[in-house]
Amino acid sequence: MTQGQYVAAAYGVVFVFVLVYVAIIAAKLARLQRQTAELLELVRGRQTSETTEAAPREAAGEA
Amino acid sequence: MGLAIVLALLVAPEDADQGVSQRIFYIHVPIALTAYFCFGLGAWKALLLLWRGEERYDLESYVAIHQGTIFGVLTLVTGSIWAKASWGHWWLWSEDQLVLFLVLFLFYCAYFMLRFSLEEGPRRARSSAVYALFGVVLIPVSFLAIRLAEGLIHPTVFTREGPQMSGSMFATFCVSWAAVTLLAYVLYRVELVGKRLDADLRELREALR
Repeated sequence: MTQGQYVAAAYGVVFVFVLVYVAIIAAKLARLQRQTAELLELVRGRQTSETTEAAPREAAGEA
Repeated sequence: MGLAIVLALLVAPEDADQGVSQRIFYIHVPIALTAYFCFGLGAWKALLLLWRGEERYDLESYVAIHQGTIFGVLTLVTGSIWAKASWGHWWLWSEDQLVLFLVLFLFYCAYFMLRFSLEEGPRRARSSAVYALFGVVLIPVSFLAIRLAEGLIHPTVFTREGPQMSGSMFATFCVSWAAVTLLAYVLYRVELVGKRLDADLRELREALR
């Protein structure tokens, strides 16, 4: 290997490491985003069921 | 980072002694200094955890040491490549400074073994913090070994008389150091935010069950 190739290898290793690290972090953030969306769906579902359960009770109370 | 790479590879003058392989210096030394800094930061956060008892310092200490380990791997790899290019060897066991850095690196690798062998909670946080604090002793030893070493194969660029390089080389080094430090800071913040978000989501999921 020439001296220039060693220099390219050193900088290349750093570049690849940072790239892999960023890819791992990006994958983790995508997972967190998915989990947040699931929790949001769960909360919305509960809110909807609470509203539908409360509506007949309110109507009965008014009558 | 782009500016640092351009300066290091294209603008900085070629070293009369080592030739083109000296350009590895602009990435190797900033990464090594950042690794020391991350380990030091991890120990500082560990001290704050033991001192103030605030839980958030546990995660901050862990993330800093994780960053330090990543930069430690890069220090060893770029150092080995530079050693092969300059000395003709990938590694020299006779060089104290290389071995001491490896000891420091392995010490902090064992930190993860300790941390993940214990159950999550205050006991794990305290044990990890004490271990991280012990490791900080190795940082000045490893750093000073480069100056005190008798072998002198590993170059000593920064002496009491100042940096032993030209002005443009020193400026390139400073830009590279700033770029690597900034990169480490950004990665630290992103990882920390991700881990906190993960913990919050876990707690939220438990609360909603």
